[in-house]
Amino acid sequence: MSHHGDGIAEICTHHRDEPSALIEILHDVQARFGHVSDEAAREIAARLNITRADIHGVRSFYHDFTTVPTEPVRIKLCRAEACQAVGSEQLATALEARGIETETVYCLGNCALGPAAMIQQRLIGRASVDSLERARAEALDD
Amino acid sequence: MTDRVYLSMDAAARSVGADDIASALSRAGCELVTTGSRGMLWLEPMVEVERDGVRHGFGPLTPDDAAGLAAMDFPDTHAKALGPVEALPWMQAQSRLIFARCGLIDPLDPDMFEAEGGLNGLKTALALQPDAIIDTLTRSGLRGRGGAGFPAGIKLRTAAAQPGPVKYICANADEGDSGTFADRMLMEGDPGQLIAGIIIAGRAIGAETGYIYLRSEYPDAIRIVSKALDIWRAQGWLGENILGSGQRFDIHLRRGAGSYVCGEESAMLESLEGKRGQVRAKPPIPAISGLFGKPTIINNVLTLASMPWILEHGGDAYAARGHDHSTGTQAFQLAGNIAQGGLLELDFGISLKRLVEEFGGGTLSGRPLRAAQLGGPLGAYIRADRLDVAMDYESLAAHGAMLGHGGIVVFDDTVDMAAQAEFAMAFCAEESCGKCTPCRIGAVRGRETLAKIRQGEDVSANLDLVEDLCTLMSDASLCAMGGLTPMPVMSAIREFPEDFKPRAEASAADRVD
Ligand SMILES: Cc1cc2nc3c(=O)[nH]c(=O)nc-3n(C[C@H](O)[C@H](O)[C@H](O)COP(=O)(O)O)c2cc1C
Ligand code: SF4
Ligand code: FES
Repeated sequence: MSHHGDGIAEICTHHRDEPSALIEILHDVQARFGHVSDEAAREIAARLNITRADIHGVRSFYHDFTTVPTEPVRIKLCRAEACQAVGSEQLATALEARGIETETVYCLGNCALGPAAMIQQRLIGRASVDSLERARAEALDD
Repeated sequence: MTDRVYLSMDAAARSVGADDIASALSRAGCELVTTGSRGMLWLEPMVEVERDGVRHGFGPLTPDDAAGLAAMDFPDTHAKALGPVEALPWMQAQSRLIFARCGLIDPLDPDMFEAEGGLNGLKTALALQPDAIIDTLTRSGLRGRGGAGFPAGIKLRTAAAQPGPVKYICANADEGDSGTFADRMLMEGDPGQLIAGIIIAGRAIGAETGYIYLRSEYPDAIRIVSKALDIWRAQGWLGENILGSGQRFDIHLRRGAGSYVCGEESAMLESLEGKRGQVRAKPPIPAISGLFGKPTIINNVLTLASMPWILEHGGDAYAARGHDHSTGTQAFQLAGNIAQGGLLELDFGISLKRLVEEFGGGTLSGRPLRAAQLGGPLGAYIRADRLDVAMDYESLAAHGAMLGHGGIVVFDDTVDMAAQAEFAMAFCAEESCGKCTPCRIGAVRGRETLAKIRQGEDVSANLDLVEDLCTLMSDASLCAMGGLTPMPVMSAIREFPEDFKPRAEASAADRVD
């Protein structure tokens, strides 16, 4: 038995051990455990009957998956063109100056209400240092 | 007398506080119907109140506004009152064929969907032979809305002609282009329109399985589409015997995982197969050999969502709109530094200038508009004095630009076009799938070289080098990621040369100003 208990087996079973569902499986593992560890990758490989190299290749290709646990509350800040046009770069600098870490993403589909950010699946429009600090505090409370 | 209160609760509306408005209205005892957005994003959060069958709008609201309005029974004299929503110039100007129900109905209420004619196109298609469906779609002149503009009918005909019982429809809901949100808005406001379109395309080619590849950056859309699929199955609109027609079709939802290039159709297929999102060499084209090696139609959300309207009203009615080879309507999305951002569905051919000035109201900052980028991160930058161009495939091509997915990103005069050019290369370097050298290496070199130019290092020699790199990338890249990154880069250099001057010259110019 691993660190994940029956978690990985459950997730794989839910997706019928289907190799084509690998991205979905990795999403579920990432959501449940905060990352896709090497140990998880080994278990998934065994269940899906694919190689560990396959899993490593996929895990490293997509931005959504991490090999180490992420912060419990992450701020994804859009740094794409439409948000740049309304100051996303200045916002990023200001956040950094306050010691607030952000992850870069490109477009959250809120390009008419930028700068856009996302905290735990919650989209934030017209983002400012204040609004992001508030939203982060709320997310930490939950 | 107030009947019901409608509140737009799509991700954009929620991003500026619609949840708080919902709480305030509920506390005040209002009977709430949650809808998608009308696309007037600068008015969100917006509520609508129905009186004598007419919906009156109020927005943008604070929770206090909402509580006050509810207490006063939503007077039309309120400072935030907009009057009848359908009569607003923004709404009046549009031909909302695809977005007809978006913002009007509760996206998860099948009765409202049906009452507003949501099933009409699908019912027509179910009564037609596959050939006749393809004929109608071909006659409509519908072209792909994902960027490449390939005629939808031809693709369907190719897939339909392939032998074998297993074929697939894949809806491309990866919507990665900055400045675009039309797919999201539709999926969150009227997911049934997309589902109906997928079934129609499936019947046309003889497929029984569809996939929706939806980017993970859209959690609200994922939730809504997933629920909508369940509702459709429960209604007998999806599954074994659709609407009693004997047609069989089911749809699976698959999430993307934060990769821009997975919007490219063959990379999307790899991703749907559970692999790295690497672009496949063509041929074979997916219509012949696509998902799991089977004939596959990949269409953008809006392409598929156009099909129900076309089936209901006929290919000729659709072709009568727009002009030349740009028939029908296009969802234009005003984004970036724009006073009135949002989505407008209009016949092809409106001028960019009118869109930005009349509908968009100029920049949000109030400063002079300097540039607009059309068609996402692979699209050209256009100078403020060249905005007088008709928004259709042909006119834009003649203008050295492209429509892409219909996004228009506006910048004011604080934009540094050399920084934008460098970003375009950096984005390509970051998101490249790595399969071919011109893109993988070219973008990295391009980014480094543009950084040097911005430092004032060997400017003219380095500009020559960037141009050479761009030529190589457009000539030799395997897909449009590397192939079109030169568009924003070279348009920035050619149209805004003053931002690429060597330092000494630039500061001399500054002194003259
Ligand atoms: C790098 C890259 C990204 C793309 N992203 C998308 C996308 O997010 N959505 C989309 O519909 N098409 C996208 N496309 C275009 C698709 O490859 C394909 O042309 C389209 O899905 C076909 O559907 P359509 O004919 O309905 O437009 C992208 C292309 C490239 C090269
Ligand atoms: S152009 Fe770039 S994204 Fe496209 S196949 Fe080549 S490396 Fe991959
Ligand atoms: S560019 Fe930032 S949300 Fe689209």
